[in-house]
Amino acid sequence: MHELSLAENILQQIEDTAATQTFHRVKTVWLEIGQLACVEQESLRFFFAVVTEDSIARQAKLEIIGIAGQAMCQECNRTFPIAAYYEACPHCGSDALQITNGDEMRIRELEVE
Amino acid sequence: MCTTCGCGIGQTRINGKTVQLRRHAGTALRYRPTQSDHAHTHEQAPSSVTDLPVPGTIDFGAGIAGTHAPGMSQTRMVKIERDILAKNNQYADENRRYLAERGIFALNLVSSPGSGKTTLLVKTIDMLRDRFPVAVIEGDQQTDHDAARIRATGVPALQINTGKGCHLDAHMIGQALQQLSLRNNSLLFIENVGNLVCPSGFDLGEAHKVVILSVTEGEDKPLKYPDMFHAADLMLLNKCDLLPYLSFDVGQAIAYAQRVHPGLPVLQISATQGGGMPEWIDWIIAGCRRAAAISQTAQPHDS
Ligand SMILES: Nc1nc2c(ncn2[C@@H]2O[C@H](COP(=O)(O)OP(=O)(O)OP(=O)(O)O)[C@@H](O)[C@H]2O)c(=O)[nH]1
Ligand SMILES: [Mg+2]
Ligand SMILES: [Zn+2]
Ligand SMILES: [Zn+2]
Repeated sequence: MHELSLAENILQQIEDTAATQTFHRVKTVWLEIGQLACVEQESLRFFFAVVTEDSIARQAKLEIIGIAGQAMCQECNRTFPIAAYYEACPHCGSDALQITNGDEMRIRELEVE
Repeated sequence: MCTTCGCGIGQTRINGKTVQLRRHAGTALRYRPTQSDHAHTHEQAPSSVTDLPVPGTIDFGAGIAGTHAPGMSQTRMVKIERDILAKNNQYADENRRYLAERGIFALNLVSSPGSGKTTLLVKTIDMLRDRFPVAVIEGDQQTDHDAARIRATGVPALQINTGKGCHLDAHMIGQALQQLSLRNNSLLFIENVGNLVCPSGFDLGEAHKVVILSVTEGEDKPLKYPDMFHAADLMLLNKCDLLPYLSFDVGQAIAYAQRVHPGLPVLQISATQGGGMPEWIDWIIAGCRRAAAISQTAQPHDS
């Protein structure tokens, strides 16, 4: 995934939120990043530090909460953890899976002052 | 990988003209010095009496009225709970609405560089131009070579140069839509920047992403770049005319793609020789008819 773009998008949402919620400094940003979302965490941290340099989120701490991949088999209807899109159902071997968790990229909340 | 591409900001050009696509640093943010009682905020336990503003931060004075009292920290939590790409998705929704109202069928072609997107488009336009008005949005980091190749067919093409950016986003497409005056019930192709990684995450408002894999790239690409094959609704296996000279295993490539995306339809084509093109054309025509039908049923509600 494109970590610089993600970092820019995170900053933009922080600034949009600041405009309506009245805060002037962001201390911590919590993100939820799914294991299947293909985000390189170190790269995201690097770009986040770069794009927030002259912003309200300067030196904010980035807390990344990993969300494990989970899928439901459309053949046997069972739910199980997966680590990649190409995995098959461990119960019946089917490839027909529906991802139920782990592809999210969300901003959960901010600690601000 | 996109993590090494070092994408830049503010270098996007549409048909050679610089465009301001993103808010730039320096745009002032105003903080209203009023207590926000927004439902999503809640005060946190005070941290320290000696909480002082850190030098170098913006606008110390505009603290929330009344909360400077000793013993009360202004630190609090603000819930956001939004997708990181929510903004892009909003623009994409606007584009999708714009296209739907006009019965325009839009396809977003994604692939690694050189797998044959522009060659395919030129051939496709030749085969379809008598049936529908066609327009093309071309995305490349530099040059307008691809737009020029499309214009040579007589069809309008708009080139977006993303500078160092490695994908098109929905805001760029929105701007392009304003510049192209697309006809009702027409066909719009968007050729994304050659890149099997980033474009998967950016909805442009298209009806479908179509992923093109050429047989010279190896069977395992769907496993190595699963996001793209997961996001696409159709896969075109291109350059099939070269199969006699290669050891590419078509069955294996399709099996890998369908492992990542169960049920993904695959068409085997040769954009240069024309093999498999009629099936691709039929697939497009079916989509155009659907888009036109949907816009017609939606009309009465609009006016
Ligand atoms: N043999 C063969 N060559 C093809 C086919 N389709 C495209 N090519 C060749 O592949 C090369 C790249 O084709 P393009 O159409 O420029 O590829 P592209 O995906 O648009 O490339 P970028 O826009 O740079 O990402 C050209 O030399 C084409 O002639 C095909 O079906 N068979
Ligand atoms: Mg091209
Ligand atoms: Zn199963
Ligand atoms: Zn990238």
